[in-house]
Amino acid sequence: MTATLAAWSLVGVYSAAAVYLIAFVMFAVDLAKRSDEAPVEVASAAATRHGGSVLVEAPAAPPAVESGSRSARVALALTAVGLAVHTAAIVLRGVAAERVPWANMFEFALTGTGIIVAVFVFANLWKDLRFLGAYVTGLVVLLLTAATVNFYVDVVPLPPPLQSAWLVIHVLVAIIGTGFFALGAGLSIVQLIQSRREAGKITRAGFLRTVPSSTVLERLAYRVNVIGFVLWTFTLICGSIWAERAWGRYWGWDTKEVWTFVIWVVFAGYIHARATRGWRGSRSAILAIIGFAAVLFNFTIVNLFFKGLHAYSGL
Amino acid sequence: MASRRSSEPRRADPGRPDDHIDAEPVERGDAVLPKLGPAGFARFVWRQLTSMRTALVLLLLLALASVPGSLVPQRSSDPNGVLQFQARDPEGYAILDALGLFSTFSSPWFSAIYLLLFVSLIGCIIPRTKHHLDALRARPPKTPARLSRLVGFTTAHTAADPETAVAAARRVLKSQGYRVERYGDSISAERGYLRETGNLIFHTALVGVLAAVGIGGAFGFTGQRLLVEGEPFTNVKADYDSFTGGPWVDPTDPQLDPYSLRLDSFDDEYAFDPNTGVWHPLDYVAHMSVRERGGQWQDASIQVNSPLEIAGTQVYLLGNGYAPILTVRNADGDEVFHQAVPFLVLDGNMMSAGVVKVPDGLGAQVGMDGLFYPDAFTRGDSDLIQSFSPRVTDNALLTLRVYRGDLGLTDGSGGNVYTLDTTDMEELAGNNDPVVLRPGETVDLPDGLGTIEFEGIARFVGLDIHHDPTQGWVLGFALAAVFGLLTSLFIPRRRMWIKAVADDGTTRLEYAGLARGEDHALPDAVAEVARAHAEMLPETAT
Repeated sequence: MTATLAAWSLVGVYSAAAVYLIAFVMFAVDLAKRSDEAPVEVASAAATRHGGSVLVEAPAAPPAVESGSRSARVALALTAVGLAVHTAAIVLRGVAAERVPWANMFEFALTGTGIIVAVFVFANLWKDLRFLGAYVTGLVVLLLTAATVNFYVDVVPLPPPLQSAWLVIHVLVAIIGTGFFALGAGLSIVQLIQSRREAGKITRAGFLRTVPSSTVLERLAYRVNVIGFVLWTFTLICGSIWAERAWGRYWGWDTKEVWTFVIWVVFAGYIHARATRGWRGSRSAILAIIGFAAVLFNFTIVNLFFKGLHAYSGL
Repeated sequence: MASRRSSEPRRADPGRPDDHIDAEPVERGDAVLPKLGPAGFARFVWRQLTSMRTALVLLLLLALASVPGSLVPQRSSDPNGVLQFQARDPEGYAILDALGLFSTFSSPWFSAIYLLLFVSLIGCIIPRTKHHLDALRARPPKTPARLSRLVGFTTAHTAADPETAVAAARRVLKSQGYRVERYGDSISAERGYLRETGNLIFHTALVGVLAAVGIGGAFGFTGQRLLVEGEPFTNVKADYDSFTGGPWVDPTDPQLDPYSLRLDSFDDEYAFDPNTGVWHPLDYVAHMSVRERGGQWQDASIQVNSPLEIAGTQVYLLGNGYAPILTVRNADGDEVFHQAVPFLVLDGNMMSAGVVKVPDGLGAQVGMDGLFYPDAFTRGDSDLIQSFSPRVTDNALLTLRVYRGDLGLTDGSGGNVYTLDTTDMEELAGNNDPVVLRPGETVDLPDGLGTIEFEGIARFVGLDIHHDPTQGWVLGFALAAVFGLLTSLFIPRRRMWIKAVADDGTTRLEYAGLARGEDHALPDAVAEVARAHAEMLPETAT
């Protein structure tokens, strides 16, 4: 029974990855189309709409290409379909294992990529972020496929150290935080490219004309990253409480703890940079990207090659 | 500190460092520093140290300085890794050790970074706290002469007279949680003081965390004890296998509460995975008896993730294994050794290694080392013995090599009970002809030394006992920091103004806001205030 469910879960994983791949292609097509069709610097249309009122720092609404091309709409819909299949795969894995589906490296990747997509899809209800679709689906296809091919393990019982309610909380919060950091890093990357274009250093990549200004992107990135930072703070504290229960100390500079700390400090630096004259803008964006790179490093390299107590990759 | 745009209500905030994005920009002269007296110089250094840029650089340095702590094994978390590194690469070891990289997190350079960071932090907190306390008592500032240059500036006209409009404005803003003050025919309002309060709580709590960690480390201790079934342990320093107290714990007399522990039995549970042939541990339970000072023995149990709390200490279950009960008799049949000898686990199927030292009674000193297999089997015709499962079965087996000579007890080299130094010893039974025993058996030792009996198998547990007087404080400060973080990031601090101006028989209304710190929703908030205000006044149109 367990094996059957796990096998169906795996079918779901590959199906979701395939759907994401198609979505990725559609998002890429959309970006290419934007490059072709982008109007030449339409003056911000939003400012004139509110007659009489002058908006200081008017949120420069992206000169909408009729609310996104057809391919962008299809791509986002496909991403949502992929997410549904992905969610089913995660749930099946959990049912098969009779526990939360994030107790080894394959499962972290499975659930983590699902959360990244979920954060992206739900963020689109809030703001039109479809220009990040190619980044998100590309990243997720890569991570999900690589993790499944390299790290897949059968369902095994939880070792005693992991038998704790903190597994549910600590790891889940870390994964959700990662989802927000992933989106934030995407926004920061586009922000960097956009600010180069605004400085006249990039003349190609016309799709950037359909993307919000670097200031708006920075503000969006900040709001997303700040949520990630709060979640990461929770991760640290929950992890400490659990470490005290399981290992007899709340903090011991285990390699994973070191990296969790480093990531926390980098994002703390990012938040300070945003409030420091001369650091707002590209410099703080680079910090956010470094922070997310450290998250990925922590998940991959530290898990696989560094010796430490968090040795639960299951490999 | 002349401001370039002093006529305008800047987002100036005197409590902040000069280079804070919301602070008044300081006119800086040439890079050449004016002549400074000692006091002036000190003030200059202090201002540099408490600037945002310094805090930022120190934060980034802190992140960078932590990285080696994950690349190089640390004495605190991986002492064996350090020893292995030393054995593998003595020269590299000497260099890294001189740099303090094996104790990164207590090294002078790491300490320097975080201490500077915290000095900088405190230097920021104090003036800002003072400023914020003043702000909490202050009334909202005067309404600026021109609102049109502020965020979300909106106008409307109403048939109501200015007095009515202002009264309504006061009600609207108050109901939205603003602190309000009337200046002429305008209302000045401010809200979100909790943002700065949270910010200060967050940073103060971080100082609290650091202080609590430091104090806990100074007064706390941690000790290890390997406890065999039936054997009593009393919480005094001499009864620990290893004991590390903080610098303020008296090393000779650490003033422990002398409670007692005893391991009565140990249960483990495994599941066999037929696909991989691996036994997965499911559960470990140490059934203990506990006696507090002056009390009676009481039952208790310890599990992974569920330590025993007793007399201000926590007792953790960190390991377990088998301890073969061995009796050695000399050629005359006199008992010269009788002990349950803990064998340390080598693999997932509990193949374990241990050492027996018999200093007296056999003529010369005798040492034995060997392996215990709870479920021994040999694959095919190979001589290699393995353990098939971690459970003791009828196949349990003990193999021992026997040495005679100097155990090194006098010069201290033989002090470790888990290792046998055979340099000054003669091998009597080696890998090819070890002494082989099953539970219940008695066999002869080589060279007519006598006999050894394998009476049975006891369990043992590895216990970690900790005392950290401040860990509750650390948690409390950490939670306070989270509270502060949430309020400082998500509560907007904003000012809002509503002005009523008589205008040709009607009243012109002006609305505008000012963000203090990140505030994305301010334009919407101004619009919302205008809408709510219009609802209260008849015949109002924007």
